[in-house]
Amino acid sequence: MPDATLSFEEAMEKYDPVLGFEVHVELNTETKMFSSAPNVFGDEPNTNVNEVDLGMPGVLPVVNRTAIESSIKIGLALNCKIAEKCRFARKNYFYPDTPKNFQTSQYDEPIAYDGYLDIELSDGTVFRVEIERAHMEEDAGKLTHMGGATGRIQGADYSLVDYNRSGVPLVEIVTKPIEGAGSRAPELAKAYVAAVREIVKNLGVSDAKMERGNVRCDANVSLRPHGRERFGIRSETKNVNSLRAVEHAVHYEIRRHAAVLDSGEPVIQETRHWHEDTRSTTSGRPKSDADDYRYFPEPDLVPIVASREWVEELRATLPEPPAARRKRLQADWGYSDLEFRDVVNAGVMDEIEETIAAGATATVARKWWMGEIVGRAKIADVDPGQLGVAPATIVELNTMVEDGKINNKMATEVLDGVLAGEGTPAEIVAKRGLAVVSDDGPLLEAIDAALAAQPGVADKIRGGKVQAIGAIVGAVMKATRGQADAGRVKELILQRLGVEG
Amino acid sequence: MAAINRDDVAHLARLAHIEMSAEELDRMAGELAVIVDSVKSVSEAAGDDVPATSHPIPLTNVFREDVVGHTFTAEQALSGAPDAYEGRFKVPAILDEG
Repeated sequence: MPDATLSFEEAMEKYDPVLGFEVHVELNTETKMFSSAPNVFGDEPNTNVNEVDLGMPGVLPVVNRTAIESSIKIGLALNCKIAEKCRFARKNYFYPDTPKNFQTSQYDEPIAYDGYLDIELSDGTVFRVEIERAHMEEDAGKLTHMGGATGRIQGADYSLVDYNRSGVPLVEIVTKPIEGAGSRAPELAKAYVAAVREIVKNLGVSDAKMERGNVRCDANVSLRPHGRERFGIRSETKNVNSLRAVEHAVHYEIRRHAAVLDSGEPVIQETRHWHEDTRSTTSGRPKSDADDYRYFPEPDLVPIVASREWVEELRATLPEPPAARRKRLQADWGYSDLEFRDVVNAGVMDEIEETIAAGATATVARKWWMGEIVGRAKIADVDPGQLGVAPATIVELNTMVEDGKINNKMATEVLDGVLAGEGTPAEIVAKRGLAVVSDDGPLLEAIDAALAAQPGVADKIRGGKVQAIGAIVGAVMKATRGQADAGRVKELILQRLGVEG
Repeated sequence: MAAINRDDVAHLARLAHIEMSAEELDRMAGELAVIVDSVKSVSEAAGDDVPATSHPIPLTNVFREDVVGHTFTAEQALSGAPDAYEGRFKVPAILDEG
């Protein structure tokens, strides 16, 4: 039976949401956190493992230096303090996703702590999210539940385990409770995870592909009546693995919590599982803070000391932060706040930058991406950058238009040809015989015919009502089956009638 | 520190898939009790003013360069598994989603 929910509006009238996020980032190191086995996605099961990953008796883990450096970089990019000294611990539990019966993780001494991230919402509002900590740990193996229904664990007969992912370096970023987001909580949730993903991608420390699980989010939601300081009881929705899902999961949990509270029942502190198909959550196991993992310091790994020199060396290698980069690009391109925000929200900032680098002006690049490609990508249900339009293609199309070889209408037709795999713009223009009639002879013939057919319009134009010219241009375009350059046609008409344009 | 009784040992053995006879459980419970007692004595000796020691050797930053080393084949990885299927470890379904 589905859980009861209130409408989002009613939930917001009655309650104030408090959020919290745990985002797991898989690092893209060559090897694993504690073993020299390769960190590669998608290989044959149990081939990227050695004795350390399989938890064989008597093996010794050794820390991957690059993973530490990547973790420090993430901490710095999140405005965190970097611990002078920290260590790993064992988190003990019995579950087949770890063959060691413990996960090596940082516990009481995270490598980075006390940071913040300024999140820009779609209307430009900036919301500060405080970061509690970013700590290092290792990923677990992948379980596939077999038998039963639809691969879910309920009713499964047995599970199959692939340890290729076991030991992949992870950084878990934990926020402090986020208060004051109000009805923008779902949007903030999405924007926060997007910002973290953008940062780790920009740092080059993670492939940051959510669909591959490189960035995974657990979303905590609780509600309290307006004006009350004490937090309500929270739920933790696990593994919400797309930006859209993060937004929807927070939206749904707010509505569900509100209905529970309205019924007079307490919210149960528990893990919830997100279901993309129904856009709802179901109860996992009840969770109490008394989960007893019997953490203790990992005796096989010595402490990590991050000298201030090392930290500063790493800080010096950090790329320009995404927010600063956006500011710089907007100034360079001369877009208005609204234009730039639309570009960012449409996800084509990088594409426009590349197109400008390929030789287009900022205006032309925006016209093509926002005017033509974003819409086509939406219909194809892919990201605009994935549609298959290369920056060079746009430059080539635009050059053809500017040289008067084709008009704008033809250019969009050529773009469709490129997307259909018919070849380069030049090839398509040749193949489809798309060329503007640039010889004035046939144009003048068509213009004379049109003027003769609409003498009243011709008089109006002669009389100074130049805007009436559209009717003549339309007739000429029709006569030439769209193959004329409308601008040239206009010039010729005015010349013909002896009117200044 | 809490004492370890025979039931605790039996529970842990089950979780760790270690088969133990009644005699072994009795003996192990006794041996572990001795260890817990010993640790208790150490705890009494170290007062609150003594910081906990996690690593007795003053060594830090033992790192490995990020260079790929050896791996097992799937056959090697699975050679000690009680059960396997299509290159993967086969385990009983455990209803405790993490």
